[in-house]
Amino acid sequence: MSREITIIALKYNPSDETSKPRFAEYKLPETAGMTLYIALTKIKTTIDHDLSSDFVCRAGICGACGMIINGKPRLACKTLTSEFKDGKITLLPLPTFPLIKDLSVDTGSWMKNMNIRVNSWIVSTQKTDISKFEKKIEPKVAEDIFELDRCMECGLCVASCSTAIMKENFVGAVGLNRVVRFSIDPHDERNDADFYELIGDDDGIFGCMSLLACEDHCPKNLPLQTKIAYMRRKMVMV
Amino acid sequence: MLNADIIESITGKTTKKHKSRIPAKLDLLQSITGLILALFIVFHIIFESSILLGKETMYKLTMIFELEFIIEGGSPIFISILAFVIFIILIFHAFLAMRKFPNSYREYLRFRTHTKLMNHSDTNLWFIQISSGFMLFFLASIHLYIMMTQPQNIGPFASSDRIYSDVMWPMYLMLLVSVVLHAGVGIYRLIMKWGIFDGENPRKNRVKTKKIIQIVVVFYLIIGIFSLISYMKIGYDHRANYGEKYIPQMELKNEN
Repeated sequence: MSREITIIALKYNPSDETSKPRFAEYKLPETAGMTLYIALTKIKTTIDHDLSSDFVCRAGICGACGMIINGKPRLACKTLTSEFKDGKITLLPLPTFPLIKDLSVDTGSWMKNMNIRVNSWIVSTQKTDISKFEKKIEPKVAEDIFELDRCMECGLCVASCSTAIMKENFVGAVGLNRVVRFSIDPHDERNDADFYELIGDDDGIFGCMSLLACEDHCPKNLPLQTKIAYMRRKMVMV
Repeated sequence: MLNADIIESITGKTTKKHKSRIPAKLDLLQSITGLILALFIVFHIIFESSILLGKETMYKLTMIFELEFIIEGGSPIFISILAFVIFIILIFHAFLAMRKFPNSYREYLRFRTHTKLMNHSDTNLWFIQISSGFMLFFLASIHLYIMMTQPQNIGPFASSDRIYSDVMWPMYLMLLVSVVLHAGVGIYRLIMKWGIFDGENPRKNRVKTKKIIQIVVVFYLIIGIFSLISYMKIGYDHRANYGEKYIPQMELKNEN
């Protein structure tokens, strides 16, 4: 017989003047292989139609369902309810991002601004000729770039970061990762001094305190520890 | 006031139209001053623990620091100079490190709630570091001021009298715990911050580094506490002769 689990979720709608922040408690039967995403869907369809949370892919690819699960920033779709032995799970929206409602936050606008801020694109004076193959690069370099490109901008690194929690302008590990990605790309003509202009301050690389919660909570296991240290070494040499 | 400073404060750009390099220098200097202080502590605690090997060993070591091998009878002024240099580095390090502290109610609330909820080991370590760092503003200053102004009062009896009869032991106990924790966490974070021992497998090396630092911290706390107890015992036995300096074995033999 399946056990009953308790899900406690923060409920608040900042755009509704009558809404007050509170915790709502839901009890539901646990099913085999149940993820938090499934549990939330169950709650929304059978208990509380008003509960809001984000999702798209349901498979740990899009990063939309990030939330604080029993204190830890995680993806709801990659978290099994069976992990929690006492069957009690508390859910909070990701901090550091604008709250839309309940567990739903606006990571999209934050990520868009971050990408603009760190010029998250190839900067080159070469005219692109799409009738020709792109300039070849070493397979190892390509692998390194692809590795960093696996970031899905879920925001868990930002929500786990103490600097980002305190300083709202901090660029976060996701932003620093983008800069490293382009700095190692031979197609990009920018040099270290150019990258310094983007992240060479206390809201950028020097705001990072190396507490490595970003590395420890990244659902894609990106090498944030080494890449941020690499960027820091480069930036102090500019 | 320099026009360059006015321009940078208004526009965020230097007169060369680029971002200031000062944040980079401050970040590096924070690490360098921290490293110097941590290395100083590594040796300092070992040297002061020489009391565990006996009064004579501690006395001889004190005389080496008073440069007895160069100046006959040694001179405590060198201890004052060393304490002054360390004090200056400490003030500079504290000034740089303070930039990272939560500096408003909201920042503190967000940080503490976040730390408690997440219970992430390295984030918890940073809370230990800022708490111990805050304590060191006061405790290290007291200790260094005494060393600058009374360098002659270092020795098996003089130090023990200070610790026991002058009731400095509670201060030294708090200083020991906070400085060892602060330096231990600081060295670990320096290694992570600059990727010093990343090697082939940075994640494995991080776990290894943390384990080694934990062992070193426990070792330093143990020898520090035992030497404090040792000074306390000597101070207790010597309470009737408070202020009397230690006479080395060699001089005692000559007198006899």
